[in-house]
Amino acid sequence: MNRRLFAALLIGGAAGGAVRLLAQPANEVSVAASKFEFTPDTVKAKVGQPLTFVLTSLDRIHGFKMPEFGLRTDIVPDRETRVSITPTKPGAFVFFCDIFCGDGHEEMSGTLVVEG
Amino acid sequence: MQHTDRRDFLKLAGLAGVSFTAGLFPRHRAAAQGSDFHFVQFSDTHWGYKGPANPDAEHTLEKAVVTVNGLAQKPDFIVFTGDLTHTTEDGKERRARLQRFKEIVSALSVKDVRFMPGEHDASLDKGEAFKEFFGATHYTFDHKGVHFIALDNVSDPAARLGDEQLAWLEADLKQRKADDRIVVLTHRPLFDLVPNWDWTTADGAKAIGLLMPYSNVVVFYGHIHQEHHHMTGHIAHHAARSLIFPQVAPGTAPRRPPPPPFDASLAPLGTRDVAMGAKVTMTELPVTRG
Repeated sequence: MNRRLFAALLIGGAAGGAVRLLAQPANEVSVAASKFEFTPDTVKAKVGQPLTFVLTSLDRIHGFKMPEFGLRTDIVPDRETRVSITPTKPGAFVFFCDIFCGDGHEEMSGTLVVEG
Repeated sequence: MQHTDRRDFLKLAGLAGVSFTAGLFPRHRAAAQGSDFHFVQFSDTHWGYKGPANPDAEHTLEKAVVTVNGLAQKPDFIVFTGDLTHTTEDGKERRARLQRFKEIVSALSVKDVRFMPGEHDASLDKGEAFKEFFGATHYTFDHKGVHFIALDNVSDPAARLGDEQLAWLEADLKQRKADDRIVVLTHRPLFDLVPNWDWTTADGAKAIGLLMPYSNVVVFYGHIHQEHHHMTGHIAHHAARSLIFPQVAPGTAPRRPPPPPFDASLAPLGTRDVAMGAKVTMTELPVTRG
């Protein structure tokens, strides 16, 4: 492949990626659930800025629970589930699956890191 | 041997662990000087588990059976508070584990044995396989003036008792007097022990609310693989050790860590003797791993 053409494709790809990222509002984050992990398992947010989790499941029904925000929902396959929070203080907050999904369920968790 | 001091007896037998006497049943008349009776609690045997947390997993349950059979004063009955088997997504393998578990515990010399499911037994098939082997997942029985209530907070994979079971509990409690002695058996903690580790029951507060008007209530549970004691008002909750591996202490990390690899210095595995009288006395019966 022509070196210049390859570089152009790379730039185009990167730009495309940026466009895709920009297409999603800044206050949304997609999190995919599957046995036995969340991807990503670390999410960042800022105090006072609303954040919407866009949750999907890649295999079976999972749960999504954040006790410190009084938040829980089912995550059902083939459906987007949206839940929103507005952090009021900085810190690290746990989210986890609360629907038993097999050997490994107990470790299916993640962290929301809220910066001031 | 109604008036035998259980702790002295166990010390003589060389089996005693740490005893814990709770000032329970505060309004129960102290007519008897010793125990009215005693029973043994097994919990979290996780038959089928293979992993670094217990290299002796295939023999730990058998050792516990031998330990309990060796008690000179036999318990009136034995309860298993869930996670009899380690989870598997293969229904055939789940039944094979339940079958092997049943064979092992059939060696218990006490034949009055009550079984309850844990989420590892029941959450993936809503208790279907468990019921085939052991019957109902929630039930009551009475023994020498004490009313026992076994609650199922695991057949629903979301760890709910559910409205139907709560209505059943409410109807059962309406038949009790306010000062009746009531023992609740369950797998998961009914209260919010560590919500961030999911060490709770989603609607456990409703059950506690139903139990609260009764003055002599104590709860025995498992799930957290370690001895733990907690009060919600006047209701005591006592968690039992596991027979497969210990878990780390409640709330010691933001995210619940996996069970630590086998370490001989860790808190031992074991069963528990419960002496029931005007007070409830628990004596831990260690089982050595490795």
